[in-house]
Amino acid sequence: MSLKNEKKPKNNHDATKAIPPEGYREAFILHLADNALILGHRNSEWTGHGPILEQDIAISNIALDLVGQARNFYQYAAKIMNDTSSPGKENNLVSEDTLAYHRDVWDFKNCLLVEQPNGDWAKTILRQFFFSLYQFYLYEELQFSKDKTIAAISEKALKEITYHVKWSSEWVIRLGDGTTESHARLLQAVEDLWRFTTELFIPADYDFEVVSRGIGVDVSLLKPKWYQKLIEIFEEAAIPLSTIEEKKWIGFYGKTGKHSEHLGYILAEMQFVQRAYPGSEW
Amino acid sequence: MITKTEILKILNDVTDPEVPVLSIIDLGIVRDVKIHDDRVEVIITPTYSGCPAMDMIRTNIKSCLLQNGYDNFQVTTILSPAWTTDWMSEKGKEKLKSYGIAPPMPKQHTCSPALFHEEEAIQCPLCQSHNTRMISRFGSTACKALYQCNECHEPFDYFKCH
Repeated sequence: MSLKNEKKPKNNHDATKAIPPEGYREAFILHLADNALILGHRNSEWTGHGPILEQDIAISNIALDLVGQARNFYQYAAKIMNDTSSPGKENNLVSEDTLAYHRDVWDFKNCLLVEQPNGDWAKTILRQFFFSLYQFYLYEELQFSKDKTIAAISEKALKEITYHVKWSSEWVIRLGDGTTESHARLLQAVEDLWRFTTELFIPADYDFEVVSRGIGVDVSLLKPKWYQKLIEIFEEAAIPLSTIEEKKWIGFYGKTGKHSEHLGYILAEMQFVQRAYPGSEW
Repeated sequence: MITKTEILKILNDVTDPEVPVLSIIDLGIVRDVKIHDDRVEVIITPTYSGCPAMDMIRTNIKSCLLQNGYDNFQVTTILSPAWTTDWMSEKGKEKLKSYGIAPPMPKQHTCSPALFHEEEAIQCPLCQSHNTRMISRFGSTACKALYQCNECHEPFDYFKCH
């Protein structure tokens, strides 16, 4: 595969290397964009395969909202990266498309939760519930970021995410407090996904940098609110809290580019056309 | 001398690709028009982050201005303040209703974070009854929810308050 031997792209921010502070802002924005893009892509895998028509449409719309948010962040990241003056920059311009389609697994900074396979409907809506609730509290703070563009994108995204939270919370309750089968499937989903929620609240190195500049949010401070709301919903969904007692943490990887095997397959599918015919357009 | 009023009048002909009875002025998508000497700047804001109609609207603004003899212009997109259904004109809401889409309720009254909460009494745009129910929060587009009238039994889209 020809791309493997290419120079690592400029936007590969290896957390162990000392890089200038601007790099942290770009890394942070890419992390937000990658989360939205990968989850949007996962949700779009349901299009045409939803359990009933109205929910097929619902999850496709949620995917669209997420991809829209991703685009806003990628466009901003590209603008910053292209502005950074360095010799030969004009030969190495990036765009929202190159950031989404030409980066490889080790460059992506999405958390592990969003790259997990869709599984059944219970697993999909639970993943959405965990993640949308996290996004809600994150963007609620981020809309006050000192970076005006990040604040604007967050303010906008928050309105859409509010609907995602409502939709997924209602589904958690429907399935949890539903039939024997739906309840069992939801419990299985908790078993499968709970281990990936810890990562959401662990700051990466770029998080520390953006927080100290008033641009970002200390994600570790979001956990209590997130957890409080979650147990409220779980209670109504008849899910025992014993299922989510502190379990062995899988490790902290996705946010710094160390992913599960799933991301490779996602990118292979998502990026195929752009890699086969770089720069092609509709 | 190019005036803002003139440009706004022209832009009123640019319609929403999804709902062609609504202009981008009715929708509150056009936030401002600035005249810099002989260059026109149209400032727009997207409705939803992922709205696929925005690219088409941008193209339509450009061709509309060109058709009217303006070739020195730029279209600027701003994200803040975030678009809200409160910016939709009353005229726009009337047009939506006659097109068969229930217009958004005023945000303060009905947008509640409560679960399983349905917007209060969305009126059926076809038979005008208030006896309606929500089928899904997500309809044919990201901005709409799917409702059904319990009186005439027809389904209809509701433009969600945002």
